[in-house]
Amino acid sequence: MTAPAQTRIFPVRGPAALPRRRGRGDRPGFLAYGLLSAVLLGSAYPLWWSFVVGSGTNATRGETLPLLPGGNFLANAATVLGAIPFWTALANSVIVSSVITLSVVIFSTLAGYAFAKLRFRGRDGLMVFVVATMAIPTQLGIIPLFIMMRQLGWTGQLGAVIIPTLVTAFGVFFMRQYLVDVIPDELIEAARVDGANQIRTFFHVALPAARPAMAILALFTFMMAWTDFLWPLIVLNPTNPTLQTALAQLQSGYYVDYSVVLTGAVLSVVPLLILFVAAGRQLVAGIMQGAVKG
Amino acid sequence: MTSTLSRTEAPATPPEETRPRRGRSDLTFRQRLSRFDVKASPYLYISPFFLTFGVVGLFPLVYTLVVSLYDWQLLQGQGEFVGLGNFVEVLGDRFFWNSIFNTFSIFLLSSIPQIIVALVIAAVLDQNIKAKTFWRMSVLLPYVVAPVAVALIFSSMFGEESGLVNNLLGLVGIDPIQWKHDTLASHIAIATMVNWRWTGYNALILLAAMQAIPRDLYESAALDGAGAVRRFFSITIPSIRPTLIFVIITATIGGLQIFAEPKLFDVTSAGGIGGYDRQFQTTVLYLWEMAFFRQNFGEAAAIAWLLFLLIVGIGMINFLLSRRIASAETRALKKRTAKRLGEHQDRASQGLVGEGAGVEDRGNA
Repeated sequence: MTAPAQTRIFPVRGPAALPRRRGRGDRPGFLAYGLLSAVLLGSAYPLWWSFVVGSGTNATRGETLPLLPGGNFLANAATVLGAIPFWTALANSVIVSSVITLSVVIFSTLAGYAFAKLRFRGRDGLMVFVVATMAIPTQLGIIPLFIMMRQLGWTGQLGAVIIPTLVTAFGVFFMRQYLVDVIPDELIEAARVDGANQIRTFFHVALPAARPAMAILALFTFMMAWTDFLWPLIVLNPTNPTLQTALAQLQSGYYVDYSVVLTGAVLSVVPLLILFVAAGRQLVAGIMQGAVKG
Repeated sequence: MTSTLSRTEAPATPPEETRPRRGRSDLTFRQRLSRFDVKASPYLYISPFFLTFGVVGLFPLVYTLVVSLYDWQLLQGQGEFVGLGNFVEVLGDRFFWNSIFNTFSIFLLSSIPQIIVALVIAAVLDQNIKAKTFWRMSVLLPYVVAPVAVALIFSSMFGEESGLVNNLLGLVGIDPIQWKHDTLASHIAIATMVNWRWTGYNALILLAAMQAIPRDLYESAALDGAGAVRRFFSITIPSIRPTLIFVIITATIGGLQIFAEPKLFDVTSAGGIGGYDRQFQTTVLYLWEMAFFRQNFGEAAAIAWLLFLLIVGIGMINFLLSRRIASAETRALKKRTAKRLGEHQDRASQGLVGEGAGVEDRGNA
C-alpha cells in the first residue's frame, strides 16, 4: 500500500502468488450459487434461444419461453448461405484476423522487448507516447483512412481492412508490461557476455520468456479483429465482406425472417465458441492478468 | 551471425569488468560492430511499430483536422477552405446534439449497472466457491459473441410484437413495451446489449484485483465484528479502487463509441441510422451517417474531432474525480491498514498469525 493514490493502468496481478484462503468458516451458501446460476442462465440463454428460434420458424419467436430446438436449422442455414456470401465472408474473416494477429504479436513483442529491457535514448518519452495513443478512438481516423484507401484503389480489398490494425499501441504496452517483470536483466547480460548479439538475445532469451503473453495477446487481437464491424463496413463492399458485415446484410430489407437472421447469428458465433471452449481458461487468465479492451 | 566465434570462447573469458578497459581507437571491427548493434537494435525493434503507426494512426489524426477545415464531399473530394465552418455547422445541428444526448443516455444506462453488477459478481466469485474455473468461464461466455451477433439476437428478443422480452413481461402482466419506438425503452434495450457482453469481462478484472487483497485484512475485520457488507465497503472497495477507476475509464471510452448495436437495432425503419426519429442514434452512428450516407466528409471530420475531445474531457473528469476520492479515502485506509498490520506483525512475531508480512510489496506491481 505504498503508492495507492497513483493510478496504475496495469493494476492487477495474476492470482498465482496469492495466499490461499482458508477453507473454514467462509463457505459460500446457496445464495452465492443461486446468483452465479442466474448469471450463467442470463449469459447462455440468449444464445440457446437464438438456436431454438433459428431451428424453428418465424412463429417460434412468438413463443413465450421456447426451450427445445425444432428441425429447421439446416433449412434455415441453407437460406443463410444463399442470402449472403457466407463462405467468402468466413474465409475473409479468417485471413484478416490471422494476418492482423500475426503482425500485432510479432511487432508488439519486438517493440515491447526493446521498451522493457534495452536502454536507448528517448525510451521513456516514446513509451509515454505509446500509452497516450491507446486512448485515441479508432473512429477518429476513419475518414482520412478511407480517403487514403480510395486513392490507393484498395477499397473493397482485404488489405484495406488489415492495414490500419497491423500494429496496436495496446499490444506494445501489454508486451512491455509483461517482459519488464519476467526477464531478469542478468539473463540478458549473461547472453551478452556469452557473445550473443542483440537479435540472438531476442530470439534465445526474450522470445521463450514472452511466449505466454504472446499467446494471450494473440487471443485478444484475434477476437478484436474478428468482431470489428465499423471499418470493414466502410471499406469493403457487400460482395466481398467479412463475417460481421455479411451478417449485418441479413437484416436489411423490409421483411425480416428472424429465424433466418438468428440462424446466421448462431453460425457466426460457432467459430468463436470453439475458440472459447478450447482457450476459455486462457481468456480468463488473460483478462485477470490485466488484458484490457483492445 | 558474427557471434558464433566469440560464443565459443566465452566460457573461458571472465566477466567484462575484470578485463582491462581499452580506448576507443583500439576497438576491433567486431567490437565496433557489436557496439553499433547495441545502439541501433532498440530502434530497429521499435521502428515497425512507429512507422506503421505513424501512417495508419497519427497521420489520419492530423489529416482529420485538415479535412474538417474544408468543404469536402465523398465524391467531389476536397473543396474550398471553410475554416471552422464545419464545426459551427455541426454545433448548430440539432441531430448532433440529439446524438450526444443518446450516447450519454445509453452510456449511463450501460456503465453504471454494469459496474455495480460486475462488482457483485466479482465479490461472489471471490468467495471460496467450488468449480471456480467453470463459473469464471460462464460469466465470460457473452464476451465471445461479436457485437453484430449480439445486436441481431437482442434486437430480435426486443421485438415489439412477439419478442421474447415482451412475452416474458406479458407473463407478469406488463403491457408490451415499444422497444424500438420509445426513446428510453430503446436506450435500455441497447444498454442491455452492451451490459450483456461486457459485465462478465469487467467482473473478471475486478475479481483479479480482489484476489490481491490480503486475506488477513478480512479476518481481522471479522474479528473486530465487521459483517460481510461492512467488509465489502470498508476493505474491498477501497483496495480495488485503482482497478475500479481503470474499469470505469475503459467503460467510458468504449461506451462513448457504441456503433454496431444502434446501427443494427432496427434496420427495417430508415435503413439503420438509429431509429425512424433518430431516437437511438449515437454520435459514432451519426458520424457514419454524415460521412457515408450524406457524404459530407468535412462535417463528419468535425464530428470526429468533437467526439474525441468529448472522450478525452470525460476521461479526464473521471480520472480526476476518482483520484480525488481515492486519495482522500486511501489516506484514511492507509492509517487504518498500517495500524492493523502493525498489530498483525506483532502477533505474527509472537507466532499467532503465520502470514502477516509482505503485504506492502503486493501493491506495487
